[in-house]
Amino acid sequence: MSIAAPPQTQATGRLGEIIALAQSLYEDIAFKAVADWKAKDKTRRAIGFLPVYVPREVIHAAGGLPVGIMGGGDMTEIVRGDSYFQSYICHLPRSVIELLVSGRLDSMDGFLFPSICDVIRNLSGMFKLLKPDRYVHYFDLPQNFRSNLGGTFYVSELKSVAGAVSAMTGTPVTDERLRESIKVYNANSRAMNALLELRIEKPWLVPAAEYYLLLRAGFLLPVDEHTAMLNEYTLLVQQSDRRALDNIRVMVRGAFCEQPPVALLRTLERAGCYLVDDDFVVGSRFIPDPIAETGNPWDALADAFMHHSLPAASVYDEKHEKAKKLVDRVREVRADGVLLMAPSFCDPALLDQPMLQEALEQAGIPFTSFKYSEDTGQFQVIREQAGTFADAIKLWGTV
Amino acid sequence: MTTAIKDASQDRQKTMIAEHFGKLSRAKEDGRKVVYTFVPGNLTELLLNFDLLPVLPEINALQSGMRGKTGDYIQLAEKSGHSEDVCTYVKADIGMLKSGNIGPTGEKLPDPDLLLLSYTGCFTFLKWFELLREEYDCPVVMLHVPYQGDGKITGEMRDYVVGQIRDVLIPELEKLSGKKFDEDRLREDLKRSAKAEDDLVWVLESAKHKPSPIDAYFGGVYYIGPIFTSFRGTEDAVDYYQLLRGEIEERLAQGLGPITPDGVMEEEKYRIVVEGPPNWTSFREFWKMFHSEGAVVVASSYTKVGGLYDRGFRHDPDDPIGTLADYSMGCYTNLNLPDRIDLLEKYITDYDADGFLINSVKSCNSFSAGQLLILRELEKRTGRAGGFIESDLVDPRYFSAANIKNRLESYFQMIEAKRTKG
Ligand code: SF4
Ligand code: SF4
Repeated sequence: MSIAAPPQTQATGRLGEIIALAQSLYEDIAFKAVADWKAKDKTRRAIGFLPVYVPREVIHAAGGLPVGIMGGGDMTEIVRGDSYFQSYICHLPRSVIELLVSGRLDSMDGFLFPSICDVIRNLSGMFKLLKPDRYVHYFDLPQNFRSNLGGTFYVSELKSVAGAVSAMTGTPVTDERLRESIKVYNANSRAMNALLELRIEKPWLVPAAEYYLLLRAGFLLPVDEHTAMLNEYTLLVQQSDRRALDNIRVMVRGAFCEQPPVALLRTLERAGCYLVDDDFVVGSRFIPDPIAETGNPWDALADAFMHHSLPAASVYDEKHEKAKKLVDRVREVRADGVLLMAPSFCDPALLDQPMLQEALEQAGIPFTSFKYSEDTGQFQVIREQAGTFADAIKLWGTV
Repeated sequence: MTTAIKDASQDRQKTMIAEHFGKLSRAKEDGRKVVYTFVPGNLTELLLNFDLLPVLPEINALQSGMRGKTGDYIQLAEKSGHSEDVCTYVKADIGMLKSGNIGPTGEKLPDPDLLLLSYTGCFTFLKWFELLREEYDCPVVMLHVPYQGDGKITGEMRDYVVGQIRDVLIPELEKLSGKKFDEDRLREDLKRSAKAEDDLVWVLESAKHKPSPIDAYFGGVYYIGPIFTSFRGTEDAVDYYQLLRGEIEERLAQGLGPITPDGVMEEEKYRIVVEGPPNWTSFREFWKMFHSEGAVVVASSYTKVGGLYDRGFRHDPDDPIGTLADYSMGCYTNLNLPDRIDLLEKYITDYDADGFLINSVKSCNSFSAGQLLILRELEKRTGRAGGFIESDLVDPRYFSAANIKNRLESYFQMIEAKRTKG
């Protein structure tokens, strides 16, 4: 049996415009928005970064535009990318290479590859070979969390990025400028949190696909514009007449790097699941609390990453608290169950999964797991699986 | 000559390994502490300093693979929720653990007293020990080794690693063992490491001769055994490499080719450089596909995962902690892709190889991601024959003998064709 949910009402008016803008940015796989931004001033520079997290504040403080490169999604036809990767490697790097060799990343003046896995790591070397004229840097995030060790190392990495971007823009990253950037991103994170809170409270007001598109917009737009967009959306959506459906509340984990297609998110909702918390585009809100706006800003960024970031499969769980944090979060967002959805061949996510499953089992929290790829086009199986999961929880409170 | 592989050095190594596993099986009754850690960039001399006994899960996995056990182990791990997509070393290890943790000598391996997570060149190591931590009630100590993303070891990277060894690792190891760190002893052990490393380099570089007296991949994995694992810094390792060097000197003097499981290789027809790890479940069959065709591997990247000694690195007794840091950051899998290509290109030239071959293993993103670009670049730069085969380390489901054999045969034909063309 399936308790079908009616489709969401299409947003109209200003709300509709915001969503349409976010959708068009999402579809902008040639990064035209970046080229347009640069065209306004010849000295402007854009720095592309791969998942999961880079401190965008540093790029911003150097006068650059940080741009998230989240893969080609289901909109990029892979013509040459497949010839760079074996079949058993996840999909994201092949679409990123496709974007590169087809010239769609030409508006980027540099690239940062955060240290999250061996694939992204080696992709940085491929970029060095394929784009020798660009700044390509493997951004090594610390796995030791003492301020005099990992912290010092991290600050040296931050300063190296700051130096490289400043050399392109001519704007040195002073402490003053960096503190200003931290403030600007704190405002963005407040807006993000407000939206997230609203979604937790009233998920029918914030459909997963819209939420996701808004997050993605933040990886392309200048930060002020994005903050304004979030605030306006959050206000307008509360005035809308969207009604609650008989859906279960689920939390998603495992989708922190290669992103699921938006159609998959809609499918999950149509199958009866409200997504009340997830790790999509997690780098956009990796540090949920405000970062210190006074004092040494470099240390503040280091402290934020080392002690106040969200758990991720790519960061060593030094305190052995991943399981507890997962369960706590399920309770906090009052999720009925968890969807462990990971990209195929994603080592960090898939190696994490047995530990997450164990934690959920022990806590008696229902979960189901499946794999996807950014270009998955068939959702029938996932729809049935999610539908059955939702039905079982509605009927029996468990699976 | 079926016993050919069992040179005196080979016997010596076997004895060393047997003794080590003997110590491990008695560890608890002898009151010795056991540390699980990984091969690339490991800190063997430091563990020796505290009389700690290392266990290397990758070595267990590969030995289980050679003994035909990993098919079952992997399936067991997959049944218990591990994805079919991930590294099979991890699953072989988890499966072995779930089957009683019986080591290669048939004795049960002791549980770890500490998991020393020094992860050079692979993120899976991090997840691997997070997973093992769920099974054992013991602490984990992390040594984060930064990657040579920009092709160099910077002062900041070095300070970071040195700082972690000094301020985190050493105090933890002191606490675990109840012994004080003995820097003089470390210097002495490092001298022995460097001595053995000299001989290993001599052995590996003997493949520059024609015919090569060694196979630097299939034979090479035996040669690197002691130095990559638990013996670096010991007298045993020094003796082993002296013995090995003596044997190779003799073979060189006699103009002999490499020893294979089927005897001395007669005619050296093809000289190949290989990138990527071997397959362990069908190791001999795989090797035979080469030696039966007269193909000898003259250099390989896999034999550099535990140190690029042939590029000049030696453990330096005058800078005991700094040298451990340099070592851990200098292994092959910690090189960025452009440097890996430069190195392979140099091997092809220096060893006068007819071509190069990539064995792309499904398990290992660290090695495999980017290998198709490596192939293209090397073909472009050297003009020599490039080959590409796919298998896995320890998952027998991914070793398709017929397919690999076909590909190799066409590959050797390609070399012939290039020769004829001049
Ligand atoms: S999807 Fe997973 S394996 Fe692929 S690049 Fe991202 S983190 Fe790495
Ligand atoms: S991914 Fe590769 S280097 Fe890492 S543990 Fe597996 S086989 Fe070893």
